[in-house]
Amino acid sequence: MNLHEYQAKELLKKYNVPTQEGLAVATVEEAVAAYKDIAAASGSKFAVVKAQIHAGGRGKGTMKEVPAQHGVQVVKSEENIAEVAKNILGNTLVTIQTGEAGKVVNKIYVAKDMYYDGPSERQEFYLSILLDRATKQNVIMYSTEGGMDIEEVAHSTPEKIFKEWVKPGFPLAGFQARNIAFNLGLTGEANKNMVKFVTNLYNAYVGLDCAMLEINPLFKAADDQILAVDCKMNLDDNALIRHKDLAELRDTTEEDPTEVEAGEYNLNYVKLDGNVGCMVNGAGLAMATMDMIKLAGGEPANFLDVGGTANATTVEAGFRIIMKDPNVKAILINIFGGIVRCDRVAAGVIEAYKNLGNINIPIIVRLQGTNAEEAKKLIEASGLQVQSAILLSEAAELVQKAVQG
Amino acid sequence: MAVLVNKDSKVIVQGFTGTEGTFHATQMIEYGTNVVGGVTPGKGGSEHLSRPVFNTVKEAVDKAGADTSIIFVPPAFAADAIMEAATAGIKVIICITEGIPVQDMVKAREYIKGFDCRLIGPNCPGVITAEEAKVGIMPGFVFKKGKIGIVSKSGTLTYEAADQAVKAGLGISTAIGIGGDPIIGTTTREAVELLMNDPETEGIIMIGEIGGNMEAEAAQWIRDNATKPVVGFIAGQTAPPGRRMGHAGAIIGGADDTAAAKMKIMGECGIHVVASPADIGKTMAEVLKK
Repeated sequence: MNLHEYQAKELLKKYNVPTQEGLAVATVEEAVAAYKDIAAASGSKFAVVKAQIHAGGRGKGTMKEVPAQHGVQVVKSEENIAEVAKNILGNTLVTIQTGEAGKVVNKIYVAKDMYYDGPSERQEFYLSILLDRATKQNVIMYSTEGGMDIEEVAHSTPEKIFKEWVKPGFPLAGFQARNIAFNLGLTGEANKNMVKFVTNLYNAYVGLDCAMLEINPLFKAADDQILAVDCKMNLDDNALIRHKDLAELRDTTEEDPTEVEAGEYNLNYVKLDGNVGCMVNGAGLAMATMDMIKLAGGEPANFLDVGGTANATTVEAGFRIIMKDPNVKAILINIFGGIVRCDRVAAGVIEAYKNLGNINIPIIVRLQGTNAEEAKKLIEASGLQVQSAILLSEAAELVQKAVQG
Repeated sequence: MAVLVNKDSKVIVQGFTGTEGTFHATQMIEYGTNVVGGVTPGKGGSEHLSRPVFNTVKEAVDKAGADTSIIFVPPAFAADAIMEAATAGIKVIICITEGIPVQDMVKAREYIKGFDCRLIGPNCPGVITAEEAKVGIMPGFVFKKGKIGIVSKSGTLTYEAADQAVKAGLGISTAIGIGGDPIIGTTTREAVELLMNDPETEGIIMIGEIGGNMEAEAAQWIRDNATKPVVGFIAGQTAPPGRRMGHAGAIIGGADDTAAAKMKIMGECGIHVVASPADIGKTMAEVLKK
């Protein structure tokens, strides 16, 4: 589950991780009030406005409705922030990560400007914490090249990326925190502040059950403070069972509404761009079915795993969700009945089909496993416009006919 | 013979008296698996499915001689169940539970390193040695005895592959569901190695999916050590990058964990890679004829 920058920063504060402070607001009036508060507290007229969406590239991204307006902007007066807030709030931000459709911005974060002058040089670094599947340990990945696309850095100058693996069950060791501070070239107060920062940040990563935590840029201010200017936090969905408070931070407006609806029926659905819908039990078989659709000359319109219990209710919900997509020209249902009996699934398909009334596209039902023959007979006897198959290869042939016809 | 589990395995069920545990323990007993009891903390001393219930795994090992455990404990407590089984001296720990927090598994996997045990899963369908022992949730009737071993990250796709192998007249020796999570106990390479050393297995079906580097690692091992043919399939050729496809581990993170990249390296290492999941059994039959 992804969090907004402002939510992530609130959580980091609880772990004593310094961040660029600010206030999340939803209206122009609130934005102006927040600006006044921040200006009064910092003694500077400069502040930063940041659009809150679940996608990166906000600084370079622009608003669809106001193309001159970027998703991140420095402001220096009340009139200025009012105008910027008006340009962004309720409008659509298009960045390199959002795709052409962009994302509607419901909140902006008005933050303190940290790029003030001081005795030492300002610096931007990169740091992220994630699971290294190969070593089965958490790894801290960091670089002196902050504020940039890290994949580009990894590709062109891999020597500028450092890694620190943390032993499972242990906190980040002191020497490892120092390694990070020294590798980033820090001395004096800044070095000490970085050691504290990464130690606390790692505790936050583990304590909040993050799947990924990225600080880019990780910033050294001109007075040697170390702080998170931006933060991307992704939580482990499986761990939300023990973080009820974090589960409430979910922003469903950032997600595909159809995927949210599918989730309510315990269906695992991912929308794709193809023309053949599919409904399958099991994630691996679902992916394999999508691949088979492609080989048969179609393009999968979705991933949909109905899980271990394919009954009339879930099948009907699956049908309705798939058919919301106007591009779908055929639907393939592929169920391998193990514990679930195929004749029951077939009865569910027939019932769902009847409940939904007119379905004007070909439906191919492939049921294999327990009671597959009985299931095929049930479907054939139902008189519905449903083609049935038992072998996977037969189902592939039917899909091929459907997409060609 | 075969691998991991057989008719002599003494199996206990952790989470024995829960809904899932009861249902699948019943199925396992019907299949002929030697289920010697189960563990549910607080219900020790009672009987369930005509078998003793113990409070701890240690008790089940001491009193019933258990050497194999299958875990149906809810996600929040499953990592603890794995560590308990390892500490009690269980040799084969099969964890079915789906949805265990990743950090719990990071710790549990590190913890069990010091014990003489093998963990299969979590988030897996379990292990079945055809017509000897079913220690899992797979439909037993699909797995007719024969000479093909299966290693797979996925449940229903394993059944699909087994069904095709059986229909091709080959049958199954042992099928190992290794699980679809980012952190699992036994890797593709380790499971393939077990089957490669099994005299009853004449061919291996290796089914992977997008995410991680386990298939590439297994492929390199196969290139250097194979004594039997391997047919491979990777699910997720049409999966978009960055999206989790059901399994927590099934997400394309970089160029190396796409289906295309995995299939390429598998092909280069001498694995017979099929593009369509419908061709798995057929291809294995053809390869074995050569």
